[in-house]
Amino acid sequence: MLDTATKIQKPTTPEEVRAIVAEAGAKARHIEVIGGGTKRAIGAMDPVDLVVSTQRLDRIVDYAPDELVLTAQPGVRLSDVEKLVAARGQMLAFEPPRWTRLIGSRGEPTLGGVLAANLSGPRRIRAGAARDHFLGFEAVSGRGEVFKAGGKVVKNVTGYDLMKLMAGSWGTLAILTEVTIKVLPAPRTQTTLMLFGLPDVRAAEAMAIAMNGPFEVSGAAHLPGFAAHARPLKAEMATTALRLEGFEASVAARAEALAAALKGYGRIEALDSDLSREFWGQIREVEAFAGDPRPLWRLSLPPATGWRGPHGLPGDALYDWAGGLAWLLTDEPAAKVRAVTRGLGGHALCLRGAPAFGPREGALGALQDRVKAAFDPLGVLNPGRMEGAP
Amino acid sequence: MKMPAPDAALIARKGEIVRALKRIVPGEGVVSEPAGLVPFESDGLSAYRQTPIAVVLPETTAQVSEILRWCQANGVKVVPRGAGTSLSGGALPLADGVVLGLSKFNRVLEVDYANRCAVVQPGVTNLGVTAAVEAQGFYYAPDPSSQIACTIGGNVAENSGGVHCLKYGLTTNNLLGCELVLMNGEVVRLGGKAMDSEGYDLLGLVTGSEGLLGVVTEVTVRILPKPEIAKALLLGFPTVESAAATVGDIIAAGVIPAGLEMMDNPAIRAAEAFVGAGYPVDAAALLIVELDGPEAECAELVGHVRMLAAERGANFVKTSESEAERLVFWAGRKAAFPAVGRIAPDYFCMDGTIPRGRLPQVLTRITELSVEYGLGVANVFHAGDGNLHPLILYDADIPGQLEKAEAFGADILKLCVAVGGVLTGEHGVGVEKRDLMGEMFDETDLACQQRVKCAFDPGLLLNPGKVFPVLHRCAELGRVHVHRGKLAFPELPRF
Repeated sequence: MLDTATKIQKPTTPEEVRAIVAEAGAKARHIEVIGGGTKRAIGAMDPVDLVVSTQRLDRIVDYAPDELVLTAQPGVRLSDVEKLVAARGQMLAFEPPRWTRLIGSRGEPTLGGVLAANLSGPRRIRAGAARDHFLGFEAVSGRGEVFKAGGKVVKNVTGYDLMKLMAGSWGTLAILTEVTIKVLPAPRTQTTLMLFGLPDVRAAEAMAIAMNGPFEVSGAAHLPGFAAHARPLKAEMATTALRLEGFEASVAARAEALAAALKGYGRIEALDSDLSREFWGQIREVEAFAGDPRPLWRLSLPPATGWRGPHGLPGDALYDWAGGLAWLLTDEPAAKVRAVTRGLGGHALCLRGAPAFGPREGALGALQDRVKAAFDPLGVLNPGRMEGAP
Repeated sequence: MKMPAPDAALIARKGEIVRALKRIVPGEGVVSEPAGLVPFESDGLSAYRQTPIAVVLPETTAQVSEILRWCQANGVKVVPRGAGTSLSGGALPLADGVVLGLSKFNRVLEVDYANRCAVVQPGVTNLGVTAAVEAQGFYYAPDPSSQIACTIGGNVAENSGGVHCLKYGLTTNNLLGCELVLMNGEVVRLGGKAMDSEGYDLLGLVTGSEGLLGVVTEVTVRILPKPEIAKALLLGFPTVESAAATVGDIIAAGVIPAGLEMMDNPAIRAAEAFVGAGYPVDAAALLIVELDGPEAECAELVGHVRMLAAERGANFVKTSESEAERLVFWAGRKAAFPAVGRIAPDYFCMDGTIPRGRLPQVLTRITELSVEYGLGVANVFHAGDGNLHPLILYDADIPGQLEKAEAFGADILKLCVAVGGVLTGEHGVGVEKRDLMGEMFDETDLACQQRVKCAFDPGLLLNPGKVFPVLHRCAELGRVHVHRGKLAFPELPRF
């Protein structure tokens, strides 16, 4: 782990980033790469010699609302980007979460950080993940080379899609110095339909009905009783929530049709636009689990059978992504959590209490290692952050 | 366009190579007779032809693995092939290589409605996926115009788009997983029925890698419930500028149409003469706007779009009143290429993407170039996402016209990059735009990409000569070559 005395370097130009990485490579030094530093606790970092933050690479380079494209330096604060595009009636459709309260970290997440970690919120099920909105970038590889990929237009197949590789690489391949993302019109209004008292299995069924009809559901979450007690729901029992967004007439018509499709699931209540917004903000931030000291897991599973993960792992769970994302607080050993999740066709990320990633194994693990080496053969960047542990 | 110099020693080993392949794939699975190889000599980019050493048509992942392992051990190059509809030469054979065809991988393995996905073999056609799920009210969203023939494996390799990709995304946004065989024969599974990936997103990396990183032997795609209704509008404008401005207004109003196409006057006239779709032949530009979703939403948005168009001076406005009429509106657009093929003996198709706001400037410059070169041009345009398809008209039988058309095309693609756009929006680099990669990427950029290639295929045996400019740079720029109106697969709608 990092010695707290280690200085954080905050380069202000891509050239400074290049010089820092090139020097580190030449002197066999290791760098921890951070944006706002809010997710530093995730991943099993090896000791490093210096920390590089992109915080002062914080310029909006170009925002063209009509082109649905925004180019910025990676250290720009996520909240600033969201404010900028909201003023033009647009949004980052992947609804990036902060997780600062959830994991008890300080600071402001950056745009580069959410892309590098591929963080997506409840709208993932409809709009796609961060990686689906990442159009192009410039970066400094672990070799200390400045390179670019992709473009600044929404449709492009020129060359390998290295954006997908950077998204979710947690700063282990390159330090982003400029990113271009797709932005989309924000919905005019939203509502949330709620079902009550459903056990997890029935909730999964109800969410599948909602997702499989022409209702354009943009959020589907299930909170067992303990998680539903909080504001704004203050519900007495388990609550299953389905969000509809868009133009007013469309939302009203879909809400009516969806309620009819879910007749067999008991009482249905609706949240108005403001409460709905507040509620999904809490789901995005997993507020029900904030401050709990137990190991915290994020299980990605096939949606229809997502509940089986937590049911095989004693603890507390809640569900997003129509059941495809299970948040789990459990004291079960990490190896067991990973084994159960993999056995169900999913994968697990630990945010607290165990190494974040599982071991890299077999032919796929070796391929991942070769991809890492292609960009960072000396292992300069974020050593250990994505290294697996059983 | 030059391919890497063939290795005569490998070609001389044809007998041994064919015997080895036959040991792995017995029966009819190996084609080596000259007559049998003819159908595999070219893909959708029919200007280029090459006879391979042999074609092997395996039926199982184990066979694919064994073929690749044997070829790697013996230094034999491999070109993967789906239906062979690539417009950029992605499946162009090599004289000293074998073609690995996935046509026998043609089964839908599983449809999982509860998880909204289908597991299919790569040789299943794009439309075949929708056909397998439409009875239950589902469909597979990416819809390249060649969808009746092109395969899912090919779509993964090319990251294929379609008319609806502005709203529903490209192939990469609609995949959940795949099984991939590496050149060394190792089989890896990327993704699955769960969202996102553990570790690096190799599924995203492989998608659109044009057959250079591995051979896909199984694909898990996301399926979607069909929209309740779809309506199309035809909007005719007196100027290109007013049509382009309307596209900007629609997006600015928060509307993302399912399809948003533009045609210029020469394209409108050619299509109308060919199909009779009811297009306004005097309009400088025509927009086709498709809106889908719940009935209430469509009704509201149709009204909204009509108002925006009127404010920009649209003098022709028509909304489809039935599903049949909606399809007629699209028929003209989808027939634009064969329609243009009727008015000129030959044409080249370009595939750049530009920032949409630069469209009037780019079209003006293309018109000037058209005068300078003395060659006609018709423009069709995926206006929503800025993907431009200029069709350069020429006659290869008139001395000098081919060269002129090539130079014209080169100028257009350079123009696309110069205004902040890219070389290819959906057709891929392949061999066609390979030598233009330097217009967009410097040597370091290309080196980073090539190192990725090396992580997957260190011997550079899988589809070499594609994507990366390995030999002399060449003046031939991105295009689809059509001679005498004969596009490969003339029966398929294109673009």
